[in-house]
Amino acid sequence: MEKPPSIRVQNLTRQFGQIYAIQKVTFTVNPGEVVGFLGPNGAGKSTTMRILSGIMSATSGSAWVGGVCVAQNPHEVKRKIGYMPENNPLPDDMRVVEYLRFRARLKEVPSRKLRETVEEAMQICDLARTARRKIIGTLSKGFRQRVGIADALLGNPEVIIMDEPTIGLDPHQIQGIRKLIDNLRGKLTVVLSSHILPEIERSCDRVIIINRGRIVAAGTSSELREEFLPGNRFTAELEGSPDLVPLALKDSGIDGAVVESNELNGGRHRMVIRLQSDAVKGADLIRALGKREGFLLMSLASSEPTLEEIFLAATKRSWEETIDKKPADASEPKAAAVI
Amino acid sequence: MLLINPSTYIAGVLFLCLMGFIYWAILRSSVNAATDVLPIVQFFQVFWIPVFFVVPLLTMRSIAGERSNGTLDTLMTTPASRVAVILSKFSGAYLFYILLWALTLGFPIITQKLHPNAAEAGALLDTASITGSFIFLAVSGVLFISIGIMASSVTRSQLVAGMLSFTTLFVVVVGGQQLGNLAESWQAEWLNAIVNYLQIFEHLDDFSRGIIDTRPFFYYTSTGLLLLGLSTLVIEAKA
Repeated sequence: MEKPPSIRVQNLTRQFGQIYAIQKVTFTVNPGEVVGFLGPNGAGKSTTMRILSGIMSATSGSAWVGGVCVAQNPHEVKRKIGYMPENNPLPDDMRVVEYLRFRARLKEVPSRKLRETVEEAMQICDLARTARRKIIGTLSKGFRQRVGIADALLGNPEVIIMDEPTIGLDPHQIQGIRKLIDNLRGKLTVVLSSHILPEIERSCDRVIIINRGRIVAAGTSSELREEFLPGNRFTAELEGSPDLVPLALKDSGIDGAVVESNELNGGRHRMVIRLQSDAVKGADLIRALGKREGFLLMSLASSEPTLEEIFLAATKRSWEETIDKKPADASEPKAAAVI
Repeated sequence: MLLINPSTYIAGVLFLCLMGFIYWAILRSSVNAATDVLPIVQFFQVFWIPVFFVVPLLTMRSIAGERSNGTLDTLMTTPASRVAVILSKFSGAYLFYILLWALTLGFPIITQKLHPNAAEAGALLDTASITGSFIFLAVSGVLFISIGIMASSVTRSQLVAGMLSFTTLFVVVVGGQQLGNLAESWQAEWLNAIVNYLQIFEHLDDFSRGIIDTRPFFYYTSTGLLLLGLSTLVIEAKA
């Protein structure tokens, strides 16, 4: 029998008064996948995660975790989920090991397995040696995050949901958390939200971008690149007049355009050139730009758009779509102002 | 969280200091002026003084603190049901409240050790009144602690929770008595019966004399359970 998807969300909507926090959100996460949830503040990431973990109920739509419907059987769903909320709230007066044992008991870990389960979670999160008996209130932010993740791992959940696990951490700590997530890959399904986009790109198999309560893009980073920023991109640095570059491309029959141009010191310019065809290689571009007089090509490098650029492009597109829709139902002067 | 929090112990120490002082004051006044009422009965008659500050101190943090800290969210993602969460918060605070009252028994015991003469007269440790008063404290505690838990469940601010439970306790304890005073002038018999039902001081009098009436039992436990049920609904809706 085929294993059901770890998470299946269909037309999930949550309304707060007149405001839609999320609207008809639909996505699927397969077992063992690490999925990143991206979106600006207030986009609906936390709301979706809270609904999935059974804290909040949806206004309409359905969600299943490990084949169990969240609305119909929240108790069972909670056994399958390890959830780390935003800001990772922890009781400051408890010791790490005490807290984890308490949480394991709450998560119905049998008492004979309690010690073993807590020990295992502390080992995975590297807490066993250094922070075992420390009081949580005295821990650094990085260790607090580890305690939160260790807590999410207790009770052998199928799915781990982490809301902003890397927020407020320094680069070393972020790297530590990334290694931790890498260790979980394949064993558990992980859904995490973050603002630190390179982190998501490195840790996640797939990305879901949400904006203003709607999913605007979903897929692997290369799929998203293809969809939102298609074509071949190169970063060129040259000395001389940058205006001649489009002409040089045209003369050589290369279908491309300059999408960004910045002036550097000493009359140099750095520009991003986007080529429509994947067939044109760097060497062709060097040849084309080298032929033309009036500027001198100093360097050329192929550049892949970062997830940040994809994110900006995807969220911008969704903004434009909502603005385009608005004039129809808005009053006349307002519509004119938007246009 | 109750037992690992320093504020619980501060409340406990304050309670015992205050009650020790009250007991000492009662003993002094009994020495100076002869009275029919036993010191321990007089002592339990001022039960409302500590109730007004100990109950809010013990309960205000229970849910409001978890909510403002965000740990209520993590608690709600465990398979523990809402009812279990509320009942465990209640039982923690309730047992601690009863423990604090049990510790006050140390006062007459200490006095007995220091003044064996008084003990011979049987004036200090009168089993019947102590048992009756303790049953009253245990039963009324159900309502008082439930008021505190309910107040804590409706807000995220511990201060608001504390003020809310203090005011409600005041209305329940003092308001009942005031209503009783008012009711004396009323003609309606049935209204008097209802008002008498809410007279907490009357209940204490009965209990300390050894009269165990089922009506106060019903009043305290049913109202207490109703409030706990409402708290469960509140955290269900406002998680």
